[in-house]
Amino acid sequence: MVILAVATPAHSKRLDATFAALADPTRRAILARLAKGEATVNDLVKPFNISQPAISKHLKVLERAGLITKDIDKQRRPRRIEAAPMAEANAWLEKYREFWEVNYKRLDDLLSAMKTEDTIGRKKNE
Amino acid sequence: MSNSDLKVEARGESELVISRTFNAPSEMMFDAHTKPELVRQWLLGPDGWTMPVCEIDLRVGGKYRYVWKKDKTGDEMGMGGEFREVARPEKYVATEKFDQSWYPGGALSTTTFEDRGGTTYFQNVMQYESRAAREAVLASPMEEGLVVGYDRLEELLIANAQAAGE
Repeated sequence: MVILAVATPAHSKRLDATFAALADPTRRAILARLAKGEATVNDLVKPFNISQPAISKHLKVLERAGLITKDIDKQRRPRRIEAAPMAEANAWLEKYREFWEVNYKRLDDLLSAMKTEDTIGRKKNE
Repeated sequence: MSNSDLKVEARGESELVISRTFNAPSEMMFDAHTKPELVRQWLLGPDGWTMPVCEIDLRVGGKYRYVWKKDKTGDEMGMGGEFREVARPEKYVATEKFDQSWYPGGALSTTTFEDRGGTTYFQNVMQYESRAAREAVLASPMEEGLVVGYDRLEELLIANAQAAGE
């Protein structure tokens, strides 16, 4: 299976980080929470019922992927969600899908031609 | 695009899964994926690309090689790999690596064809090689369904857009 997409190394690295960060259910839940508004580490510890170091670890992964940022000017450094990387991941999947749909439409045509040939071949042998 | 059930999803840390139903028996689907004279008729990507090289040695340990060319510009792109498993008409597994790869390491591609009485449910799973991938395998049980579906991303985007609007 082939991907004929042109991505720069930096671009694809960022996408890898985004997809990896999104692969974890707790991190997705944290993102969903941050989508409603910024929150500090302490704000997140309670509803998620996991330890502060565990939350911090998840936040670090999300930060590295560029999915969230922290406001270092404010006390307790609240985290907030960033839209761009998610949109990029989304667009990449859609491009990939479109690419394959073009190929598969051609494959549909080829298969129906193969079926017609098959029928003709069988009739000749009768 | 009309009436196709094509689905693409990023699964786990390093897999990409693509599936679709085709209106043909699995033998035909298998051949369309593994016979060079058939493959080069459809595996072309965007308009304007041709496939001057399509060599397939269909047996375990056998190699395959594809080269595409954009005739207008002369751009070329090549890739190849080796078959790890060949079981016509249900399945084949092969490694995959681009000549000028933009991601680290190679990938393992597993393609299955499930005959559903005249139609075939096709699925391809690409397993990419990376540290993130290894971490994922060690850290998270796949059966937990770590699925980043397109829907999930969209949900998050919508939630994000709403939050931004508040």
